[in-house]
Amino acid sequence: MSEQNTDVIQGTLDMLILKTLSLQPMHGFGIARRVEQISRGVFKVNPGSLLVAMQRLERAGWLDSEWRQTENARRAKFYRLTRTGRKQLEVETADWSRRVAAIARLLEAEA
Amino acid sequence: MSLWRQLTRGLRALTHREATDADVSDELRHYLDLSAASHERSGLAPDAARRAAQLEMGNMTVAREQVRSYGWENAVETLAADVRYAVRRLRANPGFAVVSVLTLALGIGAATTIFSVVNPILFASLPYPHANRLVTLADRGSDGSGVPPTFGTYLELVARSRSFESLAASDRWQPSLTGTGDPERLVGQRVSATYFHTLGVVPNVGRDFAASEDQPSGTRIVILSDRLVQRRFGGDRGIVGRSIRLNDNEYLVIGVMPPRFTDVLAPAADIWAPLQAPTHGEFNSREWGHHYQIVGRLRPAASRRMAADELKALSGTPIREFARPAWADLSNGVLLQSLQDVVAADARPALLAIMGAVLLLLVIACVNVANLLLARSAQRRAELAMRVALGAGRGRLIRQLLTETLVLALVGGAGGLAVAAIGVRTLIALSPPGLQSVDAIAIDGPVFGFALVVSAAIGLLVGVVPALGSARGIGAGLHGGSRRATGTRSAVRRALVVAEVALALVLLVSAGLLMRSLERLFAVAPGFDASRLLTMQVIDPGRAYRSDTALRQFYERALDAARQVPGVTAAALTSQLPLSDDLDSYGYEVASTPWVKAGEDGAALRYVVTPDYFATMRIPLRRGRLLQATDATAMPEAVVISESFARQKFGTTNPIGERVRFGPEAGSDRPWGVIVGVVGDVKQQSLASTTTDAFYVAMGHWPWVDNVQSLIVRTSGDPAALAPAIKRAVWSVDANQPIQRVMTMEGLITLSASQRRFALIIIESFALAALVLAAVGIYGVLSGSVSERMREIGVRSALGATRRNILTLIVRQGLTLVLLGIVIGVGGAIAATRALVSLMFDVSRLDPATYVGVGVLLVGVSLLACWLPAWRAARVDPAITLRAE
Repeated sequence: MSEQNTDVIQGTLDMLILKTLSLQPMHGFGIARRVEQISRGVFKVNPGSLLVAMQRLERAGWLDSEWRQTENARRAKFYRLTRTGRKQLEVETADWSRRVAAIARLLEAEA
Repeated sequence: MSLWRQLTRGLRALTHREATDADVSDELRHYLDLSAASHERSGLAPDAARRAAQLEMGNMTVAREQVRSYGWENAVETLAADVRYAVRRLRANPGFAVVSVLTLALGIGAATTIFSVVNPILFASLPYPHANRLVTLADRGSDGSGVPPTFGTYLELVARSRSFESLAASDRWQPSLTGTGDPERLVGQRVSATYFHTLGVVPNVGRDFAASEDQPSGTRIVILSDRLVQRRFGGDRGIVGRSIRLNDNEYLVIGVMPPRFTDVLAPAADIWAPLQAPTHGEFNSREWGHHYQIVGRLRPAASRRMAADELKALSGTPIREFARPAWADLSNGVLLQSLQDVVAADARPALLAIMGAVLLLLVIACVNVANLLLARSAQRRAELAMRVALGAGRGRLIRQLLTETLVLALVGGAGGLAVAAIGVRTLIALSPPGLQSVDAIAIDGPVFGFALVVSAAIGLLVGVVPALGSARGIGAGLHGGSRRATGTRSAVRRALVVAEVALALVLLVSAGLLMRSLERLFAVAPGFDASRLLTMQVIDPGRAYRSDTALRQFYERALDAARQVPGVTAAALTSQLPLSDDLDSYGYEVASTPWVKAGEDGAALRYVVTPDYFATMRIPLRRGRLLQATDATAMPEAVVISESFARQKFGTTNPIGERVRFGPEAGSDRPWGVIVGVVGDVKQQSLASTTTDAFYVAMGHWPWVDNVQSLIVRTSGDPAALAPAIKRAVWSVDANQPIQRVMTMEGLITLSASQRRFALIIIESFALAALVLAAVGIYGVLSGSVSERMREIGVRSALGATRRNILTLIVRQGLTLVLLGIVIGVGGAIAATRALVSLMFDVSRLDPATYVGVGVLLVGVSLLACWLPAWRAARVDPAITLRAE
């Protein structure tokens, strides 16, 4: 019995996070949830890797974070895309599209 | 920008570790809660929902660690933890820590001290621009050594050589300063106008000499050192443009040198005046005497070799315009040396020997610490094995061990700097007079760097070996066995002890040879009775005593006054004092043999003395008679010569009655002097010197009266105590006479051997340190070995070995190592003492007494070091050790 692979494609986690946050500020679980929902369950995000990635992106200056009260009076860390983060998202998206197109062309050529 | 973020966030995480950790935990918990809530919403019971969420997340701790371990600050934290752990380990084992740190501090401290001293003297370039182009020129003597050149030679070289940008001549000048404060004789130089230009320096205030001022009839002008201005004129820069009174003449001060300027050709010089020498001096004038120094700056394109070739060609082809007298005909060429070498030449042999010694000591210190670390890693096998079993990686373990060693080395290095701070001060206090650049000796930046690098390097070096050994033997470590690993390790330790003993022997032999040399040197008879003699230089400032007659009268009255002082049994005056810095030789002419040139062993030491000089010094008469009071004026001039002079010039024939002419009168048609007596040889330059050809004439017969003379007084009691009374007596004749170099003769003798003594004290203390370190090494290895062999020793004594047997067993083990070390060390010492030859005197490099003595000393100390562990082994209770297994 083989389980379906739900790992995020290597190297795309940063892009997914940036993309998700480009819509609105969000906390860690929200991001994981959104990635899962929009990918219709194709990708599941491991919380450990997610939070490490968030820390890295924050250090790189692409995210800002702040602690906020949630509706049920809990402390939650919300992440927000910065201006350089938005630029980075554009770069990564363009790069990704270019590569996907190339792979698609290769696969089509073989067919 | 993001670098800044990395730094600030990292620092924040470091400084607010707990808050950061709490944040990570909060975030993860919040994540978990939301995840559970979401599961609950999709229909699971609260418990099941939480379980599902936890399942998704995996191990919470792992996740937290994963998040926590991100960022550079964690590497810092690991390091800090390692350092903390290392410090804790060292404090848990204070004996080891203290011995290692002290050993390293000693080694590094000694190395830093010596480096501080040697660096400015031997290696730092001279404090002049492009100092590597500065050279000195001298007449080359028949034996290849340098003879001070004459002014005539300087003039010829200036006119004919093409290799130099600039050449300059200088001559000693010691004017007496009067008019402000106490009369004082200054140390200075008369220099050609090009002097400072050649060195590449200019006065700080005022101006340099102009070429037009360096003429025979030029005006009286001087440049002062900043030091002198501070000392005598209150640091007033306004001194430039004013006049000061020197030798009873007004001299205009035209400049002051910068505070940091040192005239390396005359380090004590405080005052400079133009040479103002005639360009066409007679052969019998001062300008053709061998008492100048020539310094030159090579053209950028000219190499030293090219310049030497040019000088060789030039000295081989005299030209008519530059006629040369016989004593300065440059027949052996001109000696060209780099100024740097000349300046360092005197101190070089001693410094190189000391440097070698300190390197040996440093190696011994490293060996000792490596040994201690090896012993310790043997004790820590169980601990290391346990940590491996708990999951510590090999790399992590080695990193931890290296950290420990580095901490040790750095603490040792810090201790070493403290040792060096004391050492440098001690060395400066001990340094022989005339050691150049003493002012420049201090612990400075480069030296600090040196200490740091050395200590870190030692740490890595001695850390790697035990660390690798530990990591290798770990697998077997948990079940206590692994005899093989232990075996190779103790073999390494034994080898280290052998090395240590060998190195210590080399140092001890060096110290021993120097000690014997000094002993022999002080056993040399100086040729006179040095006990209870007080000496001082009495100087005429040229004020009241213009004529030679008046000057002579002053000296004779001063001598009479000194004789009247109670406690004085005899007194005399001489133009040069044995075993002081004085050195004054003149060429001579003997009627019965051909002319002899100065610089070809034809010069003899000149002593112009009062007749009672021989009686005061107790110089024995060998033949004929001594000088008498009537000899001061009687004709023909009476001359007394030294024994070696008589032997050298007249062989076995009786020299009494032979006719001689000295100095400026040699070769002239002045009346001959007649030899009336022969006296014993006297050491002039140092006890080691072999040049004792000398002649004595009475004051009054020499063509001039020396304006610097040494007063010698023999006393019935302690000579030093009489100094104030004698000075008062001289000043009672004239209160304006500078008196200096007040020393007892015994003090002068000690001073004359000061360079040897300096080297001896340092090498002696290094040898002592090496001996102690070797003993510590032997002790360490043996006690380690006793601990490892507890069981074996227990079995032996259970089987009937007596305490004596066990004692012998352990002591023999130790002594075998020591003897092996001694054998190797003797070979090393025979090779290494080659470097000491120039410091040795009348002792063979292979002096058997020294080697035997050192061997006995080493064996004795080693026995002591063996005794303690052997004694411990002998007291092993078999019942206890065997039960412990």
